[in-house]
Amino acid sequence: MTSRMSLLGAAAALALTPFAAMAERGASGHLNMVYWQAPSIMNPYLSGGTKEQEASSIVLEPLARYNENGELVAWLAESIPTVENGGVAADLMSITWRLREGLVWSDGTPVTSADVAFTAEYCMHPEGGCAQLRNFNGVEGVDVVDERTVTVRFGAPTPVPYGPFVSANSPIIQRAQFENCLGPRAPECTDANFSPIGTGAFRVTDFRPNDVIQFEANPNYRDPALPHFATVTLKGGGDAASAGRAVMETGEMDYAWNLQLAPDVIATMAQGGRGAPISAFGTLVERIEMNLTDPSADLPADVRSTRAAPHPVLSDIRVREALSRAIDRELLVEIGYGTAGRPACNLVPNPPIFASEANDNCLVQDLDRARALLDEAGWTPGADGIRVNAEGRRLVLDYQTSTNAVRQDFQALIQQWWREIGVEANLRNINASVFFGGDPGSPDTFQKFYADVEMYANNFTGTDPQNYLGALRCGLEPRPETQWQGENINRFCDPAYDALHAELTQTANIEERGRIARQLNDILVQNFVVVPLVDRGRVDAHANSLGGVRLNVWDSGLWNIAEWHRIQ
Amino acid sequence: MTDTSAFRPPRNQWWDVWDQFKTHKGALVGSVVFIAIVLFCFVGPYLWPHEATYINIRARNQGFSLEHPMGTDQLGRDILARMMKGGQVSLAVGVVAMVLSVFLGTLIGVAAGYFRRVDGLLMRMTDLFLALPLLPLLLVMSMLFRQPLSTAFGVEVGMFLLIVTAIALTSWMRTARVVRGDVLALKEREYVLAARSIGTPPRRLIIRHILPNVLSPVMVSATLMLATAIITESALSFLGLGFPPDFPTWGRLVADGVDYLQQYPSRSMLPGALISLVVLSVNYIGDGLRDALDPRIRGR
Amino acid sequence: MFNYTLRRLLLAIPTVLFIAFIIFLLLELSPGDPMSDMPLTIPPEVREQMRLSLGLGEAWYVRFYKWLYMFTIVEPSHMLAGMTGIESLALEGQRIISFQTRSPVADIIAQRMPQTLWVVGLSYIFGILISVPIGVYSAYRQYSWFDQAGTFVSMVGFSLPTFFTGPLLMLIFSIWLGWFPIIYDTTLIVDSFSDFLLQLRQMAMPVFVLTLYNAAQITRFMRASMLDNMTQDYVRTARAKGMTEKVVVLLHVLRNSMIPVVTVIALGIPTIFTGAIITENIFRVNGLGQLLITAIYASDFPMVLTLSVVFAILIVAFNLIADILYAVLDPRIRYD
Repeated sequence: MTSRMSLLGAAAALALTPFAAMAERGASGHLNMVYWQAPSIMNPYLSGGTKEQEASSIVLEPLARYNENGELVAWLAESIPTVENGGVAADLMSITWRLREGLVWSDGTPVTSADVAFTAEYCMHPEGGCAQLRNFNGVEGVDVVDERTVTVRFGAPTPVPYGPFVSANSPIIQRAQFENCLGPRAPECTDANFSPIGTGAFRVTDFRPNDVIQFEANPNYRDPALPHFATVTLKGGGDAASAGRAVMETGEMDYAWNLQLAPDVIATMAQGGRGAPISAFGTLVERIEMNLTDPSADLPADVRSTRAAPHPVLSDIRVREALSRAIDRELLVEIGYGTAGRPACNLVPNPPIFASEANDNCLVQDLDRARALLDEAGWTPGADGIRVNAEGRRLVLDYQTSTNAVRQDFQALIQQWWREIGVEANLRNINASVFFGGDPGSPDTFQKFYADVEMYANNFTGTDPQNYLGALRCGLEPRPETQWQGENINRFCDPAYDALHAELTQTANIEERGRIARQLNDILVQNFVVVPLVDRGRVDAHANSLGGVRLNVWDSGLWNIAEWHRIQ
Repeated sequence: MTDTSAFRPPRNQWWDVWDQFKTHKGALVGSVVFIAIVLFCFVGPYLWPHEATYINIRARNQGFSLEHPMGTDQLGRDILARMMKGGQVSLAVGVVAMVLSVFLGTLIGVAAGYFRRVDGLLMRMTDLFLALPLLPLLLVMSMLFRQPLSTAFGVEVGMFLLIVTAIALTSWMRTARVVRGDVLALKEREYVLAARSIGTPPRRLIIRHILPNVLSPVMVSATLMLATAIITESALSFLGLGFPPDFPTWGRLVADGVDYLQQYPSRSMLPGALISLVVLSVNYIGDGLRDALDPRIRGR
Repeated sequence: MFNYTLRRLLLAIPTVLFIAFIIFLLLELSPGDPMSDMPLTIPPEVREQMRLSLGLGEAWYVRFYKWLYMFTIVEPSHMLAGMTGIESLALEGQRIISFQTRSPVADIIAQRMPQTLWVVGLSYIFGILISVPIGVYSAYRQYSWFDQAGTFVSMVGFSLPTFFTGPLLMLIFSIWLGWFPIIYDTTLIVDSFSDFLLQLRQMAMPVFVLTLYNAAQITRFMRASMLDNMTQDYVRTARAKGMTEKVVVLLHVLRNSMIPVVTVIALGIPTIFTGAIITENIFRVNGLGQLLITAIYASDFPMVLTLSVVFAILIVAFNLIADILYAVLDPRIRYD
């Protein structure tokens, strides 16, 4: 208590700083945020969408989370368990978390280890359809040790045991509230799903699905001086452009999420002078995926785009390399993302320990090298400039992506570069809800890949790429038998790759993990199976009068909303 | 009527229609503007040195100049060339879809209004089409027919057929309802009764007496349909149901330009103005045609 | 006439059922998946489980039957209970649950209704109120400057897509002039004069965009229909009998010209319920139109189906009303 008093005293002494007025909870008044995609539910376990995760992170909190630098910090837990401090068993089979002392839910009841154990039970219920099940991969059980201690047991040695209860994906929910919502009954608990009781800085006062959410400061929040804001409105819907305008030009709103706009558009808005864009980089990489199997419509349905029919053109690594060499990544960044993008040569661009430096030569566009590669591969320029091979096949590729202004600009640019090396690209754009929809009946999903190359972005949650890199193992490719589900989009298959990945899953030492992951990344990139284009950052915007924002792409962007405050 | 006209030698009635059409100033100006736009779009590309899809990245976001009279877009493509190319698609889609939709609507409307036996069935079908949610319908059409059509007719023609059919199939209902309402009233008029009582067969009765009298709502429907079709096309391409993304169309140029409204307002305003101009000119042509085809007005 | 109405009403039930069935099949067929919103980081097995938990594992006819039962029995009972305040009227059993929000579809529709009625409904009323007089006067003074200006404004207003006029108005009135807010506050409760002014300000732009669009269409039909009737013999007769112009135009010509206009208006009223998809989205009015479009994008089939079927009921009802109005306007029209 004394330390807190002295802190307050110190704050009062700095009477001229903007923080002076903030010593009291709620002194900053009202905060307006706009998300151009509106959250539909406040329970992240029932929806994996980013917008729902962000919104629910205002209320629900995990035991530990990543800070803006991607480092794990204790949140509801006292400290991060590690092998060194004994929190993680030496055989890597369990991890023991200890809750902070005196934690209470927003309704005043204490947070106990039973709530933590219940959270696991809720998500792992076989009929619940939990969206965050991957975080509980390999979990055998969660044991309550005492009021404040839980142990998570794994079925196999788990070198990175920070899946369950870590980050905004996997927060703790209150047992008393969700007790009757297990499994198939999960959707019936509308009230609980709309206004969950949490430990976060705010609590829900009004939830209107896909429209607006209102919050007020949690009266039982663990730090009596926080949050600075008394109430919060999170408005959803509309488009990114007007969201940015409302923050940076008219000042109606204090915070806008994920402004996917061309850089010069954002720059013009910033001249409005009421707010500023901020950006941060995570692991999201815009890439071109090469189809290693034949998508020709002449093939029977059970053979088309499966490993039974290798791609007649793209199976040749020289063609794939030529396609990659012809791309000017710097220019793509300049046109599409500005400061919110960086040219990418790696599938895993971040965190630094996993980012390979062996592929940086991709940064230079080399049309001559690309042409030479195609010549070498037996493709000679035809009468119209498009190359043909000995059998008279024209080098024409179908190039598909989802509908999105920046992606269509990229398509046009890449089409032109490819034409310069004698490759014709037929462009196609597909509505995102169909393209990413995974409906086995539709010919247009990215999994079915009825095209030669396709472009989209993907990333991994948290900071460890093990599962992400594991997606390209043999047998995981979408095919008719799996209802076209699967993560190995390229249909890549290399036993050496699989063996190396198996080694990664057994390795605990972080330096070693880094080395293996970089090696895996290099195999994919140097085979030109995946052609990374742009390492995409996230751009948000905040009003100049809003302080304390630390954009975090490893967790929720609203992770430290308790510390946000008004600058006079 | 003056004496001279009484002694005029007999001639084809279409000459009268043309004479009347010529006196309608709006219609004349409308025709000239429409033909000019058609020439601009279909002949222009042969005269203009720039290509619509050529990217000149060093010349991006330029303003008006002699080299690029309408500037260039964010990738350095010449906007004038894109407007010409875009107009080809938009005009073709707009006009064909309009004709199809209005034809279908008029056919169903007249049939339902005139023949009581089919009225119930046709109107319930109209209710069904009105109630179908548009987006899922279009997505299903695209899923089922896109590939077969593009293999049968090639990507561009296949897409064109698909788009035009999709627009026509989802937009004939209003014309049908409006025409039916008018026909219901018309067929109880005395002259129709008289014609029927002397044994005029329904086909001739419809063509001679009913159709000319529903012409004006049909014309209004047609003009409104033209605008709707041009804009719907851009919505379709947004869904991935339309033309490939390297195909500019007016609707898509407007949509793409909206984000740049503040920096480069001309980018969406110019194609928008062209759409409006086409619709306005067609509207005046329709007005003139309607007047010219109405014998009561023609004599005045 | 009474017999006809009764017969049509009875026929409406199988019609709506059939339409519901077709819409259901359409949604079944359509590509898209409730999981498409989810990030790619969620593995396929988990997606499959989530799909099963939404009830998508059952055969399509089971799902249709269940939906039909809930739509015709369970939901009306809840509505009744809500209206009368007698909780016990509400039947036990599952209600229609939205995939996205996992909450009853009917509750969300009820929540969205006010915004849509305020903005879309009001602009439709404005549209009718201004377009009928403009149409009449334009036809009466054909090719006058008033008529020409009306034609110009309505054709330009109709041919410019709302996804363009919306942002344009925002740029002019919100950013340059600062008159109206960009963001529509759906939580605003109007209980004082200043709140009322705020509501007017935030409604101004979406209502203007929609009014222009609605009025443009109705004006054209009104004008064309009036022009057709102005040259009829009975008008000359009426004038010859010495009736005032006011009586001739407003009583005789107007009444006879109303049939196409009634048709167009009757077709438009149900669309108030589905909202104005693009306009609502641009201005963040978040009414039923925005609900429908987000539900379609998220493949939230129960929501799309329910909204579409309610819409179908309205269409059938208003087309019936239009048919009855025809007979009122022109007594010669007989259906029996």
